[in-house]
Amino acid sequence: MAPPLPKALLDDGLAGLQHNVLTGQLENLVQWARARSLWPATFGLACCAIEMMAAGGAHYDLSRFGMEVFRASPRQADLMIVAGRVSQKMAPVLRQIYDQMMEPKWVLSMGVCASSGGMFNNYAIVQGVDQVVPVDVYAPGCPPGPETLLHAIITIHEKITSGEILQRRSEGAGPLVIEQRDGQTERGVRIGTAR
Amino acid sequence: MTAVETPAETIDYHARLRSGRGVLRMSEVEAAQHGDKLADENDETMLMNMGPQHPSTHGVLRLMLELRGEQVMRSKPILGYLHTGMEKTAEDLTYLQGPTNVTRMDYASPLFNELVFSMAVEELLGIEVPERAQWIRMLMCELNRMSSHLLFQATNGMDIGAVSVMIYGWRDREEMLRLFEKITGLRMNHNYIRPGGVAADLPDGWRDDLLRIFDTLPEHLEDLDTLLTGQPIWRERLQGVGMISTQEALDLGATGPILRSTGYAWDLRRELPYLRYDQVDFDVVVGTFGDCFDRYAIRLNEIRESMKIVYQILEKLPKGDYKALDRKVTPPPRARIDESMEALIHHFKIYTEGFKVPEGEVYVAVESPRGELGCYLVSDGTSKPYRMHIRGPSFVNLQCLPHMMADSLIADTVAIISSVDPIMGEVDR
Amino acid sequence: MTDAAIEEVPAEPAPPEEAFGALVTWSRGQRVLHPTRETYLATVEALRDAGFIMCVDVCAVDYLLAKHGRALPVGIEAERFEVVANFINPAERSRIRTRVQVPESDPTCPSLWPLHAGTEGPEREAFDLFGITFDGHPDMTRILMPENWQGHPLRKDYAMGRIPVQFKGAPSS
Repeated sequence: MAPPLPKALLDDGLAGLQHNVLTGQLENLVQWARARSLWPATFGLACCAIEMMAAGGAHYDLSRFGMEVFRASPRQADLMIVAGRVSQKMAPVLRQIYDQMMEPKWVLSMGVCASSGGMFNNYAIVQGVDQVVPVDVYAPGCPPGPETLLHAIITIHEKITSGEILQRRSEGAGPLVIEQRDGQTERGVRIGTAR
Repeated sequence: MTAVETPAETIDYHARLRSGRGVLRMSEVEAAQHGDKLADENDETMLMNMGPQHPSTHGVLRLMLELRGEQVMRSKPILGYLHTGMEKTAEDLTYLQGPTNVTRMDYASPLFNELVFSMAVEELLGIEVPERAQWIRMLMCELNRMSSHLLFQATNGMDIGAVSVMIYGWRDREEMLRLFEKITGLRMNHNYIRPGGVAADLPDGWRDDLLRIFDTLPEHLEDLDTLLTGQPIWRERLQGVGMISTQEALDLGATGPILRSTGYAWDLRRELPYLRYDQVDFDVVVGTFGDCFDRYAIRLNEIRESMKIVYQILEKLPKGDYKALDRKVTPPPRARIDESMEALIHHFKIYTEGFKVPEGEVYVAVESPRGELGCYLVSDGTSKPYRMHIRGPSFVNLQCLPHMMADSLIADTVAIISSVDPIMGEVDR
Repeated sequence: MTDAAIEEVPAEPAPPEEAFGALVTWSRGQRVLHPTRETYLATVEALRDAGFIMCVDVCAVDYLLAKHGRALPVGIEAERFEVVANFINPAERSRIRTRVQVPESDPTCPSLWPLHAGTEGPEREAFDLFGITFDGHPDMTRILMPENWQGHPLRKDYAMGRIPVQFKGAPSS
């Protein structure tokens, strides 16, 4: 049974609400709404993806943050968690998925491999996903435990609630250049399209 | 399900595997051209791309599917999206650093990678590993097998649509990972098994923690039985899907649950025992039909077999050293460094230039949760491997995919991929 | 098992051991066959008929920088590349390995695909990472690297491709 309506509302209609209205800035409301249901795209690559899934499990429960809906379609996602090492072959795919995401969008680089190449400083791995897409928060660890991921997510929430609401994130993304490194040429051979 | 089925004995599998049935061989360029040119009106086939960013391709597997309506005619797995160059990196790391590298290959069962690398190095060095270290390795590997199969149950359920099973699988895996964290210091990528033994002895209270997990695990496995094994929908989705015969599996080099699902009892723990598997009693679980359901059931029951092994290990675990006392190979205990100049020198040498391994080449294999995990190691007498090659079971098993998927429905592809249980880190390395 | 195998290692002056049409050496108690490129397929076929029905692995090694000579039987000349294949005999529960020398000037080798379909992937990998072409393989294309990649990364003259670590946003005093 629904609770009875307050007497003021019954007597005066909406006018009876006059002392109960909260006022605030539209900006705050938008930021609050964005931070409280940040849907991640499933972008599991390697070991970190397993820990990302563990964070979605019962012990760590990402749904506390309104984030349990991992979207398979980048069109429906707000946050890309790059979980794992990004190879030269994967980088164009990653960039394409980032471009497909709708504004506003954020990127979380999970683990040292995504953040800096980690222990794999060789021909195959992109040394940091920030060479491909703009990154908002880096989570350290190899792999970061679910707690570290949760901390990174809380950090990104703070960033959302304190940032600008009209900024277009993809403007920070430079052209996509994938370098073929064999150590013999001074500069890498460029593969893929620079835009 | 065709009305008239050819009896299995009359099929020439050798010829069928090479007939191009189910296997699509087409490069990116050709595929792009295929899309451009308008096929003639009678051509009802279509090329479809699946992955590498797809929720149920277990990471970054990509498939090129040739479809006729809902039916998969041919398919091609495209790999390399997680190629990490680990075999190249291994040539630049000392033997002591090696496990750090290989453990990141098959990230669902990292301890097996460390084990096979360490065993190859020990074989080249010709050193004996103490008894207790062997048993600790066995204990950890069996626990890892259980956590890996629990991960399979979680992802397999999720792929097929039983999303709550994912939570069930993670529940027990999480307990297992906490035990790993207590013993090795890390939840994954432990670097615990090292040439010469293990990194540290088992900590206080590990036995109680382990038994506490085992108190609830059988019950939780029965939950899975209730939720999945007996359910008509689950059986409909898996039974008779992705069939493969023994001959095909052998010809394709498939190992592990895929080979066993065809009724061929081949388990390296039993057939070519390593560690101390000849001293424990366990059953090799085999299937009958080689379909997805058999592969699911084998993995579920292997968790129970592993429990059986672990109980025996708990009884038989001997006292003693947890690593070889060869000071040229394993670092001295921390306390010795303060009092002995020699220990300090050994410690310094091992961590700066590493230990030298005699020339030679060796191939060692263990039974990982996915099949035969092998390591081919070539040493040129220095402290770094000259060549380190890992034979990843997922990589070879993935070759079964086109043959399993031939003539199946597109809705079944996800079930078939999931039943192969590929870990892309190990496929691409 | 290992001890018994070690005892079978022939003493120094013994005549060269031969099996399945190839010379045999022992490496840490493991039996290794050394067929030439010409006898490779015949050896593997003989192995298959003898019960080695599973080819578990094919890989390649680049011996460009190997400081010392390899332990090869007399009559086998060391070349830059080596193609290594591992076989299992499930009935006898035994393993065997073949090592084929492949020269740098002509990096080709017969494919095992007609005999063991499971070598398709590993041989593509060896082609991708070492540039060894396998004759008779149905699909000799790159498997791990992008299709337009140049060079073969696991060759010893292909550098690691390491780049110096950069610290973005660090104060540049």
